[in-house]
Amino acid sequence: MHVDGNAAAGLLTQVFARDMTGAHGTCGSCGHNGPLAEAVVYGEAAGTVFRCPTCDNVLMTLVEAPGRILARLAGLRWLAVPI
Amino acid sequence: MPLLMGTVSRGFSGTHFRRPGPELADRVPPGQYLAAGFPVLTAGTTQHIETGLWSFTIRGGRAEPRWTWDDLLALPAERFTVDIHCVTRWTKLDTTWTGVPLDTLLAEADHDAAFGLAVSYGGYATNLPVAEITGGKAWLVYLYDDEPITPEHGGPVRMLVPGHYLWKSAKWIRELWLMDEDRPGFWEQSGYHNFGDPWRQQRYFND
Amino acid sequence: MAPAALLQRLTWLPAVIAEARAETPQARTLVLDVPGWPGHRAGQHVDVRLTAGDGYQAVRSYSLASAPGEQPAITVARVADGEVSPYLVDVARPGDRVEIRGPVGGYFVWEPAMPYRPVLLVGGGSGVVPLRSILRHHRQSADPTPMRLVYSVRAPELVIYREELQAEHLVYTRTTPPGWPRPAGHIDQGLLREVAWPPVDSPLAYVCGPTAFVEHLSGALLDLGYRAGDIRTERYG
Ligand SMILES: Cc1cc2nc3c(=O)[nH]c(=O)nc-3n(C[C@H](O)[C@H](O)[C@H](O)COP(=O)(O)OP(=O)(O)OC[C@H]3O[C@@H](n4cnc5c(N)ncnc54)[C@H](O)[C@@H]3O)c2cc1C
Ligand SMILES: [Zn+2]
Repeated sequence: MHVDGNAAAGLLTQVFARDMTGAHGTCGSCGHNGPLAEAVVYGEAAGTVFRCPTCDNVLMTLVEAPGRILARLAGLRWLAVPI
Repeated sequence: MPLLMGTVSRGFSGTHFRRPGPELADRVPPGQYLAAGFPVLTAGTTQHIETGLWSFTIRGGRAEPRWTWDDLLALPAERFTVDIHCVTRWTKLDTTWTGVPLDTLLAEADHDAAFGLAVSYGGYATNLPVAEITGGKAWLVYLYDDEPITPEHGGPVRMLVPGHYLWKSAKWIRELWLMDEDRPGFWEQSGYHNFGDPWRQQRYFND
Repeated sequence: MAPAALLQRLTWLPAVIAEARAETPQARTLVLDVPGWPGHRAGQHVDVRLTAGDGYQAVRSYSLASAPGEQPAITVARVADGEVSPYLVDVARPGDRVEIRGPVGGYFVWEPAMPYRPVLLVGGGSGVVPLRSILRHHRQSADPTPMRLVYSVRAPELVIYREELQAEHLVYTRTTPPGWPRPAGHIDQGLLREVAWPPVDSPLAYVCGPTAFVEHLSGALLDLGYRAGDIRTERYG
């Protein structure tokens, strides 16, 4: 069963060194814009997969390896981070 | 394990996974735990594909053969028992599958490609050299423990390549693309190893 | 907070269980001693990591049940055949250690702020935990924002924080207390129309619980006329 971006808050904070659940991402496929907290997240996988709630496009993957986290953001057109 | 003493939670032992004893050293690759059940991992929605709508196509050869569910079941099948290893550190011993060797299917494609990309319903993909999916090393399977494979485990038909970490065994298989050049799949593009040999712990991209 | 602290990396902090309190036959609140705890906001959660004697580790998320300023506490409901929740509910006892990463999360968070838009909290099962933190924070900060909770729970004996929540709207899905005015059933449009702030008041909604519950309820609130951007959701899986 999927969860949402809130469940990945800890991992996101490790990558970005700040809270990212309120950051808005724009889907590179359909243009949907929304907070990462509302992304559809599959956590029970080889990595954490963020998908667009509108079109299911993979926005981002985070893979935890020893000593590093591998982040791929290829499905995001924009990431707007509140300061 | 004195190093861990500070962090061990008293009375906690994983119920889903346990460390194998030394007698299993030749069965369980390094860094793996034994799974009590059959964990379900998925990077997206579970695909529910009716057998009547399922088909499998090999693209990229001189012929582009396609099999329906009935076609696949009509081919000579093998029933075999293997150990499977997931990169998330669990191993499941003695799993029994029934299916058609990929050799049988690839013979119809009339090709000399060096690389394959397995593509699934739902858009998942994973790559391997053709040499790794031929010679009796890979199957399209449709029975697990003599029962139809559930959608959670990739049914009606999944690929099975037990010599590699399990993400290489695409669930809900739909196509195999044959190519002269390698093309990384979903996890291979996301930081996982391109080859994924469990015995050499090829987990992440530069392991 | 010193500037250096702001730059500190988020890491796993050792935590000791200070107190364990049964809430229901299935749920327990664990108060944690976490040296270096930076304080938290209402609605945030922590990731809890358990390590077994053979080195095996499991990580799960748990919402913070206490209000900001209070000692961190989590409330865990036992999930049948689960790996972590049965340990936290049945096995762990004061003095035992776990590791904590957090507090984390900034989206599913409530803070008193102008303008005072009415807040609707909707919790299903253990999804009430972060909403309880929000309610306590609201009460302790004497904030004028109108706030109410709708709490969906299977049976009367499973209500957590019973004393604290008795004035809120409880919805029983399987069995009700004797003489309860509403038959057992899920939260529906009719009930929402009765208890939810009307959309004209530009309310803010926080919905938390099992994924299916959250999706059902956010859909129902949209149908009622709530704006998508005003419904914050947190799915437990
Ligand atoms: C942001 C967030 C906040 C949360 N806050 C809370 C909270 O405040 N309180 C709370 O109680 N919960 C909360 N949860 C849920 C919590 O994180 C756990 O999901 C829950 O406690 C169940 O964990 P578990 O380890 O007991 O079960 P799991 O071991 O995860 O198992 C869940 C179910 O799946 C099956 N299963 C899964 N993997 C396997 C396997 N390998 N082998 C066999 N069976 C398997 C189990 O049999 C079981 O039925 C929260 C979740 C999120 C995302
Ligand atoms: Zn999209």
